[in-house]
Amino acid sequence: MMVLSRLFKDRLACGVMKTLTVFSSLLVFLIILGLFLRSRPILAIKPLSDLLFSTSWHPMRGEFGFWPFITGTLWVTCTAVVIAVPLCLLTAIYLSEYAPAWIREWTAPLIDLLAGIPSVIYGIWGVLTIVPFVKNHLAPLFGCYSSGYSVLAGGSVLAVMIFPVIIHITVGIFQTLPHELREASWALGATHWQTVKHVVLRRAMPGIFAAIVLGFSRAFGETMAVLMVAGNVARVPGSVFDAAYPLPALIANNYGEMLSVPLYDSALLFASLILLAVVLVFNVISRLILIRIERRVR
Amino acid sequence: MQWRRFEERLFRVLMITASLIVLMFLGMIVMTILIRGVPAMNLAMITQTPKGGFYLGKEGGILNAIAGSLCLAGGATFLSFVISLPVVLYLNVYARKNAPFSAFARFSFDVLWGVPSIVYGAFGFTLMLFLGLRASLLGGIIAVSFLILPMMTRAMDEVVRMMPEELLTASYALGATRLETAFRVVIRQALPGILTAVLIAFGRGIGDAASVIFTAGFSDYIPTSLMQPAATLPLAIFFQMGTPFPEVQERAYASALILTVIILAICLISRLLTRRHRRHVIK
Repeated sequence: MMVLSRLFKDRLACGVMKTLTVFSSLLVFLIILGLFLRSRPILAIKPLSDLLFSTSWHPMRGEFGFWPFITGTLWVTCTAVVIAVPLCLLTAIYLSEYAPAWIREWTAPLIDLLAGIPSVIYGIWGVLTIVPFVKNHLAPLFGCYSSGYSVLAGGSVLAVMIFPVIIHITVGIFQTLPHELREASWALGATHWQTVKHVVLRRAMPGIFAAIVLGFSRAFGETMAVLMVAGNVARVPGSVFDAAYPLPALIANNYGEMLSVPLYDSALLFASLILLAVVLVFNVISRLILIRIERRVR
Repeated sequence: MQWRRFEERLFRVLMITASLIVLMFLGMIVMTILIRGVPAMNLAMITQTPKGGFYLGKEGGILNAIAGSLCLAGGATFLSFVISLPVVLYLNVYARKNAPFSAFARFSFDVLWGVPSIVYGAFGFTLMLFLGLRASLLGGIIAVSFLILPMMTRAMDEVVRMMPEELLTASYALGATRLETAFRVVIRQALPGILTAVLIAFGRGIGDAASVIFTAGFSDYIPTSLMQPAATLPLAIFFQMGTPFPEVQERAYASALILTVIILAICLISRLLTRRHRRHVIK
C-alpha cells in the first residue's frame, strides 16, 4: 500500500507537471489567437494593405493607417541597432578575447544590472540627458532644428537598452568556439587581432547575426522609454532629428480613449498583433540559429 | 609588419573605449537618477498616499504605488513560480532527454521571452474582457506573471540542466521515485539558481510599466483586495513625468530613485543569496 501510494503520487505529479508544461508552452499561440480575435472587427471592414500602408490616422473619422507608426518604429529601431552593434561587438570581443579574468568577473554583474534597470528609468534618463543633448548640441551641429524628442533620442536610449542582450549572447557565442582554433592561428604567426578578425569573427558570424536580430526585436517592442523620448508625432519621420511615433508608444498612449471610439480598441489590438508577428518572426529565426550552434557544441 | 602592429594597437584601444562607453552609460544612468532624485526625496514620499491635488504639486507621497508594485510583483512572482517550477521539474526529471516535446517547450519559452511587455499587456486586457474583469490588481498580476513566466522558467531550467546526471541516478538507485528525487535532490541542488531566477523575475515584474498600463489601472489608495485597481511605481513615475509642473516632475525623480534602489537591492540580495546557499550544492 505504502509503495502504491508513493508510485501513485509520482504518476499524479507527472500528469500535473506535463499538463502545465503543455499549456504554458502553447501560451504563444493563445496570445496570437486572443489578439487576432479582438482585431477581427477592423480586419473585416478594412483591407489589410490599407491598414498597413495608409498614412492617414484619424480614429474619430474611422481612418486607421498604421504606416507612420510602422516607419516610426523602424527608424527608431534601426538607429538603435546602428549605434549599438559596433559598440557591443567591440565590447564583446574585448571581454571574451582580450580582458583578463578579473575584468570579466567585474563587468558581468554590471552588464546584468544594465539589463535589470526598468525601462521607465531609461526613459527618465533619456529625457534628462539625451533629449537636451540632441536639442542643444547634435541638431545645431548638423544645422537642423530639433525639439530633442526625436528618432535619434529614442534610438540612443534603445541602443543602451539592447547593449546587454547583444553583448551577453555574443560573448556566449565566442566562448563556444574551441580554443584550438585560436591556437592554430597564433601558431601561424597571426596577431591577436588578426586571429579575431579571420578566425573568431568568421566562425561566430551566424551567432552574431542571431544576437543582432534578438537585439533588434527587443528594441522593436520596447515601449515606455521610447514613449517618453521619441516625441510621438503621427507622421513619417524624414530624418533622425524628426519626432517619431512608434507602434508600442501608440498602443500605450491611447489605452484611455480606446473604448470610447468605435473600432479604436480593435485597431490598437491589431497594432499589438503586428508587433507580435514581427517580433515572433525575428525571435524564431535567431533562436533557430542559436540552437544549431548549441547542437554543434554538444 | 608595421601595419599589423598598428592594427593590433588600434583595435585594442577601440575595444577598451567601447567597453568603457558601455559601462559609462550604466554609471551615467545611476548618477543621473541619484543627482536628480536625492534632492527631491523626502519622508512623505514613502510614508503617505497622494492627497488631493498631488499631481498638481500638493502634499502627499507615493506609498500607494510602492505598496501596489510590491503586491503586484509579489503576486505575479508567486503565480509564475507555481507554474514554472513544475514545468522545469517536468522538463528535467520526467521528460526523456532530448525528447522533441522538451525541445519544443524550451524553444517556445525562449520565443515568449522575446515578446514585448506591451503585447502581454494587450493580451492581458483581452483576457480580462473575456473573463469580465475590470482593471484591477488581479488583472495586473495575471499580465505580469505571463511576462515573467518565460524568463523564470528558462533561467531555472538552465541551472537544473547543468546538474550532474549521476545525482539523479544515485537517488533512483536508492529506490526514490522521480517525484521524491525532484523535491529532495533536484530542488536542493538547484536552490541558488532557483532563488536568483525568482528574484530576477521579481525585479522585472516590479519595473515593468507597459504590461500593467491596461491591466492594473491606477488608484490613489493602497489596494485592499485583488479586485481593486492598483497603482504601480513605474506608472506613477510616468504620470508624474508627464505633468507640466516642475514640482511634480521633481517627484518623478524621487520615485525613480526609489525604484532604482529597489532594483539595486534585488541585484545585491540575489548575489548574496547565491553565495550563501552554495553550501548545499554538491559539486
